[in-house]
Amino acid sequence: MAMIELKDVSKWYGSFQVLNGCTTSVEKGEVIVVCGPSGSGKSTLIKVVNALEPFQKGTIHVDGISVSDPKTDLPKLRSRVGMVFQHFELFPHLTITENLTLGQIKVLKRSEEEAKTRGLKYLDRVGLIEQKDKFPGQLSGGQQQRVAIARALSMDPICMLFDEPTSALDPEMINEVLDVMVGLAKEGMTMMVVTHEMGFARKVANRVIFMDRGQIVEDASKDDFFGKPRSERAQQFLAKILHN
Amino acid sequence: MGSFDFDVIARSLGYLFREGMVFTLTLTALAAVGGIVFGTLLAMMRLSSFKWLSLAATGYVNLMRSIPLLLVIFWFYFLVPYIGAWLTGAARPIHVGAFASSVITFTMFEAAYYSEIMRAGIQSIPRGQVWAGYALGLNYWQTMGTVVLPQAFRNMIPILLTQTIILFQDTSLVYVLSITDFLGAASKVAQRDSRLVEMYLFAALVYFIVSFGLSLLVKRLQQKIAIVR
Repeated sequence: MAMIELKDVSKWYGSFQVLNGCTTSVEKGEVIVVCGPSGSGKSTLIKVVNALEPFQKGTIHVDGISVSDPKTDLPKLRSRVGMVFQHFELFPHLTITENLTLGQIKVLKRSEEEAKTRGLKYLDRVGLIEQKDKFPGQLSGGQQQRVAIARALSMDPICMLFDEPTSALDPEMINEVLDVMVGLAKEGMTMMVVTHEMGFARKVANRVIFMDRGQIVEDASKDDFFGKPRSERAQQFLAKILHN
Repeated sequence: MGSFDFDVIARSLGYLFREGMVFTLTLTALAAVGGIVFGTLLAMMRLSSFKWLSLAATGYVNLMRSIPLLLVIFWFYFLVPYIGAWLTGAARPIHVGAFASSVITFTMFEAAYYSEIMRAGIQSIPRGQVWAGYALGLNYWQTMGTVVLPQAFRNMIPILLTQTIILFQDTSLVYVLSITDFLGAASKVAQRDSRLVEMYLFAALVYFIVSFGLSLLVKRLQQKIAIVR
């Protein structure tokens, strides 16, 4: 059984169709990179997986549980899926430690002490243990994003979703975040990553999904995608992005 | 002319402040706390995706904001005993003191204004913050309680306090229920001693000093509490 399974997923904003019959799956331990031009629906695709955005047609299952079934305990399902956002979305009114422990205490009902131990373990892993008492606003973008990854990891997720985790970062901070992600991928974390970082895709992706106008145009193994993309749109996209 | 007697102020100072001002401040504090709590709930209802919840809250807020406060005070004062009787099933109108009645009135009325402030505050929090809360597995109430409202409240403290200063002045309207608030106390002394000009001047001065002083404090607070992003 696939960890994440999308079947014929369509979504409309009013009369505008953002997702058009998207079907794909992510197996346990797989790393999938989703790319495509802006407005192609890739960010929306990753948000519907976590039911942060509703969709009107099709089905999505995460670990065998339907995300659109009204009977599904969504908070519980979401607590098992780690999510990292483009703009980090750390809670600015809480310290780094409080950011790391909030979900563990409120959702997983861990004791404050246990939550702190776990949170700080992951904070140490992303190399920011000395920042534990600071507020998010006192950290650089790259540091905030690493904290966000640590926050997601401290919930012991079964898979991780990344929504353009490096697009809001200054160029010199991109690698510190990518390094953490590469490390996760190598440990066997199941990951679905929306990104334009083709270097990351080359290094760790199993498959690459290319989206255009709400459709999955190409869903190919890494080597096929970079070697000989079938669609013309994907060829153009690759030519543009790799020349820069 | 020349027959003003400002001594009347000094003579009645204890009464004015110990009776009047204490009442005014108590009413202001209770109505502010109640109004902010109730107003926040109203704001959450207005922003709810459940249509009827949002409609009910919108209706309530618009109603309260379209009726003069004085009229609301009258209505509540005369109606609350009957509503209370209806709720409790009592045969006769229940007895509600002027104090309880004014606390309820001001809470309900100010909630409409506080709710507009809190609504703006909630809407000022980026959508991504809500997503981040949900993504951690927090439910609606947890996300509101730990992520959205603390930030919204903090962003809005200056405006909430400004509204509270207005509330502080508005409480003088309980005068119409013959309650001895600060203005009521001043008025009683004024009429007893026929010193209207002196007492009303003094009352105005006190309201001015408190309100203006507080608004200066709010300004300083505003610069201090901006959240670092």
